Amino acid sequence: MQGYIYPNEFELQWSLLIVLYPYITGLVAGAFILASLERVFNVKEVQPTYRLALLTALAFLLVAPLPLQAHLGHPERSYEIFLTPNRKSAMAMFGFVYAWYLTVVLLLEIWFEYRKDMVLWAREAVGWRRWLYYGLTLGATDLSDPSLKFDDAAGRWITVIGIPSAFLLHGYVGFIFGSVKANPWWSSVLMPVVFLFSAIVSGIALVLILYVVISLFRSRPVDMRCLDKLASFLFYAMIVDVSLEMLDFVHRLYESEESIDILSQMIESRLFISLIVLQLVLGTLIPLGFLGVFSPALHRGLARGSDELRRLIYLMSAVLVEIGIFSIRWNVVIGGQLFSKSLRGLTVYKVELLGLEGLATTLVLLALPFVILWVLVKVLPPWEEPAGLRRLDGV
Amino acid sequence: MTRDEEPSVAPADDPRPTPAVDRRRFVEDALKACAAGCPLILAVMRLPAAAAQRPAGEAAYDPAEHLYGMGIDIQKCIGCGRCVAACKAENDVPLDGYHFNTWVERYVIDEDGDVTVDSPNGGFDGFPPPAAESEIRRTFFVPKLCNHCANPPCVQVCPVGATFSTPDGVVLVDEQYCIGCRYCIQACPYGARWFHPTKHVAAKCTLCYHRLVKGLVPACVEVCPTGARIFGEVEQRPTPLARFMRMNDVQVLKPHLNTRPKVYYANLDGEVR
Repeated sequence: MQGYIYPNEFELQWSLLIVLYPYITGLVAGAFILASLERVFNVKEVQPTYRLALLTALAFLLVAPLPLQAHLGHPERSYEIFLTPNRKSAMAMFGFVYAWYLTVVLLLEIWFEYRKDMVLWAREAVGWRRWLYYGLTLGATDLSDPSLKFDDAAGRWITVIGIPSAFLLHGYVGFIFGSVKANPWWSSVLMPVVFLFSAIVSGIALVLILYVVISLFRSRPVDMRCLDKLASFLFYAMIVDVSLEMLDFVHRLYESEESIDILSQMIESRLFISLIVLQLVLGTLIPLGFLGVFSPALHRGLARGSDELRRLIYLMSAVLVEIGIFSIRWNVVIGGQLFSKSLRGLTVYKVELLGLEGLATTLVLLALPFVILWVLVKVLPPWEEPAGLRRLDGV
Repeated sequence: MTRDEEPSVAPADDPRPTPAVDRRRFVEDALKACAAGCPLILAVMRLPAAAAQRPAGEAAYDPAEHLYGMGIDIQKCIGCGRCVAACKAENDVPLDGYHFNTWVERYVIDEDGDVTVDSPNGGFDGFPPPAAESEIRRTFFVPKLCNHCANPPCVQVCPVGATFSTPDGVVLVDEQYCIGCRYCIQACPYGARWFHPTKHVAAKCTLCYHRLVKGLVPACVEVCPTGARIFGEVEQRPTPLARFMRMNDVQVLKPHLNTRPKVYYANLDGEVR
């Protein structure tokens, strides 16, 4: 502790789990936006990652409410958010935004996308798999041309609805923080927009990592056209994201409100590692430099390394980006609680190792989406290879 | 008979009572009457004040008839911390140094204009002498508590409506209903809310609502030895709070946030946030 903080501020209220929540919803929104590139904007190069991105979004969305639930003082009362929501509360909308996104957008889109395959799999499989796939088709087994065309059109329209929904899902998370007028570190109209673009960055990076790593395990060649495109989009999204963050930063400095002194102190001391080192240098500048030089984002690439080298650089950059985006979430959530609202002092946050809100829980919750994704990929193989489809072998 | 016409000394053989004795008796009687009547008169004089400080009995209590607030006179606060102790005892607040419905801050401004603020154990044990390195220009105590805002951000953000404003202007938490998300604690600009370590719900100053409905004043007001805390109705004229607000230039904390607090400070320094 340094300076003066209100006595009730000794305890930080939102811990590591609440850092995880915007991180995970950001990955959901980002992965979905990436999927929509192929579907709505006809970026055909990223086609190999389309289904993977959808399944990734679903896997992470299923985990998204868990850190919130685990953090509640009375998790057994959480259903009250659905039954008696306070319509003036931003947080009360969570349940509805979440339910809308899960059911109307993701599940429906995945269903329409996979319906034809599920019917085929149901016909070819034997035993319980046959029943599983038949169940998943919900009995809609018509594979006539008009019905397949309807699937395609429906999928397209759902994506069109899905894009603003993904914006809503994560912009809304940003709003939860940005609308807290008591907290000068959070209170910013740019917060939802910054959240959104950092979400897109993290989603693209995640799908890139998954695509490269899964291809490695499956011993399948990586489609370099797809990877180059992913790297380029990652670069563009990062440019927008960094510009917005810089705008926010310069705006704060220029306005120089009464909170500026304590916030500067906080950045120089408490947030130096997580903001300057991890978020800015490691998570932003280094990957931006590598992507700018090696990806075809700028004039077909300033330096054109071999496929092998580019794969490695993209993978490393994407991992750094993920660390950087996690740092952004940390800096927002934890940073917003490290200074006193008296603007006279700083406090500290020590992550507990075990315990419900500790590091162990966080790691489990971070690993869980990958387990779910593994199951999803087994059940609904996202690879468009005739052999792969026939053998139903998934990964 | 005028004072000049009075004989200075009564004749010894005069059978009538002397005027001097008359006067003595009169004065004695008057004093007795006063002694007997004073409490009655004082009681009558204090009636509106008492009515304001003590709402009607529990059965007759109608929250719609009241709108409570508190006045704090910074110049009167001596930093004894009795209010903090009384509040903790009355409201079963944990006795550690991290959970307070009300606390007292000390501001020490030295000759260079540097401000040092402290609140050791929330002021519960009073304050040790200030460890000022240079000469002290000014120093004062500031009692803090929930401002029972008319436009409370904590009520706005509660996802389930477990925290609410009562008709009599008090912001309360329904601890049977609170889900413990702590958004309200984040939304309070004054650091007035805390998370109950055993009940796992948000907790805060209730203005001793359980006392208000019985016609009593909040515990902190009751014990304040200097009358630095003034409790009463915000909108009715004949109450101590209304008088306090008429007689002083009052200010609220962080007015730019438009929370419209109902805790009013007299003699508030610009350094206080």
